[in-house]
Amino acid sequence: MGFLSQAWVIARKDIIGELRTRETVLSMLLFGFLVILIFNFGIEPGLREENLVKPGVLWAAFTFAGILGLNRSFIAEKENDCLQGLLLCPVDRSVIYLGKFFGNSIFTLSMGLVVFLFFSVLYNVDLLQVALPLGLILVLATIGFAAVGTLFSAVSVGLKSRDVILSILLFPVMVPVVLAAAKSSGRILDGDPLSSAGLWLALLVVYDVIFLTVAIMLFDYAVEE
Amino acid sequence: MTGGDGSSAGEVSGGRQPAIRVRGLWKYFDHFPAIRGLDLELESGRFLTVFGPNGAGKTTLIRVLSTQIGPTQGEVEVGGCALPGQADRLRRRVGVISHNTYLYPNLTANENLTFFGRMYRVPDLDDRITALLEEVGLSGRRDDLVRTYSRGMQQRLSIARALLHDPDIMFLDEPYTGLDQHASRMLRDVLKTLHTGERTLVLTTHNLEQGLEMCDEVAIQVRGRLVFRENVATLDKAGFEQTYFDHVGKDFRWDS
Repeated sequence: MGFLSQAWVIARKDIIGELRTRETVLSMLLFGFLVILIFNFGIEPGLREENLVKPGVLWAAFTFAGILGLNRSFIAEKENDCLQGLLLCPVDRSVIYLGKFFGNSIFTLSMGLVVFLFFSVLYNVDLLQVALPLGLILVLATIGFAAVGTLFSAVSVGLKSRDVILSILLFPVMVPVVLAAAKSSGRILDGDPLSSAGLWLALLVVYDVIFLTVAIMLFDYAVEE
Repeated sequence: MTGGDGSSAGEVSGGRQPAIRVRGLWKYFDHFPAIRGLDLELESGRFLTVFGPNGAGKTTLIRVLSTQIGPTQGEVEVGGCALPGQADRLRRRVGVISHNTYLYPNLTANENLTFFGRMYRVPDLDDRITALLEEVGLSGRRDDLVRTYSRGMQQRLSIARALLHDPDIMFLDEPYTGLDQHASRMLRDVLKTLHTGERTLVLTTHNLEQGLEMCDEVAIQVRGRLVFRENVATLDKAGFEQTYFDHVGKDFRWDS
């Protein structure tokens, strides 16, 4: 069994646990829905500036809901001291990081897809026209979000105020992802082609590669007491 | 400090290859020394029980020996692997049973064992799980969620988890914590089967009766050091309680 397949064993374990309790994804979805709904109350239909606000609403919902999921990511490992059992396994720490990263990515992506659907209904977005480019932006943003979030979730899990600490750690580092995702999806929602957001997409790709690599290298220190 | 036979408290008697060799181990948490210059040698295949009061550093010792945390200072060699450098190599050969079970409550017993078995790359995993669940008396609850298990059942499943990869060195850190008498007796029966002479075992406990029952050697740890070591064959079992309190002291304090 290779490096990636062992990481998948960890992700699969997280998915089975989540399918059984539905605690993480449901709370993420509920929070995402609420953010989109509340913003919708405040935005007049047909307002000229509506298109300027839409991407911000979408990515605010994604980010806040995503953080809820990341907060829970390592809490399951604290119960019965499971993290110690995991660290005792004869695998490189990077396998453990990748396993948790895969799990977090799947949960965040699932939440993002449903939130996108809800958003498209409330804000009259022609989903057929924007589904592919927005899907690509969602995937790239999810990778960056989960790469950094998994690392910081591991750092903060043993702390008393972990929810606050995770948000404080994560938001500044996440600025490039949120900015690039909001700017590029703004172009798509305006009806421009995907190529018009090329630079922002390139920023997302570079961010993903750099932070995934850095997080793999730093994870060992994050879980060491 | 000495053992009952006059040897150094950490030394082992006999001529077999040591499974555990520790020299001058220190472990700090921030500025607090949980282990203070501890020495220990244990022959391969022997069963050592380490007694000590709460806060003596027993769990920290187990966590260092089992690669869960690194030493601050000193030489640690377990199963021929120098720690922390060769921790990855050692992990495949080590099993840990703790008062925490390391089991995922929202997975079934089978899913938990399958997960850990895959992480350890255990061959013929299904057969191995079936045999172990039979051994710990849980085959009838194989597909039940761990969160529905009693504390005693969870601890027995934890033994199955620790034995999945057939480790030759096992660390048992206060495994009786939170168990009622019936569950303790069942756990004791399972632990007896582990002491085959092929497997090296280290048990930590502050319960004298349970700790003395199965081991070959005893040690007493106080304030991060081993202060007593003796073979059970030559130990005055009846007088051990007094020996323990003589070493621990009635007014055990970390600042003394």
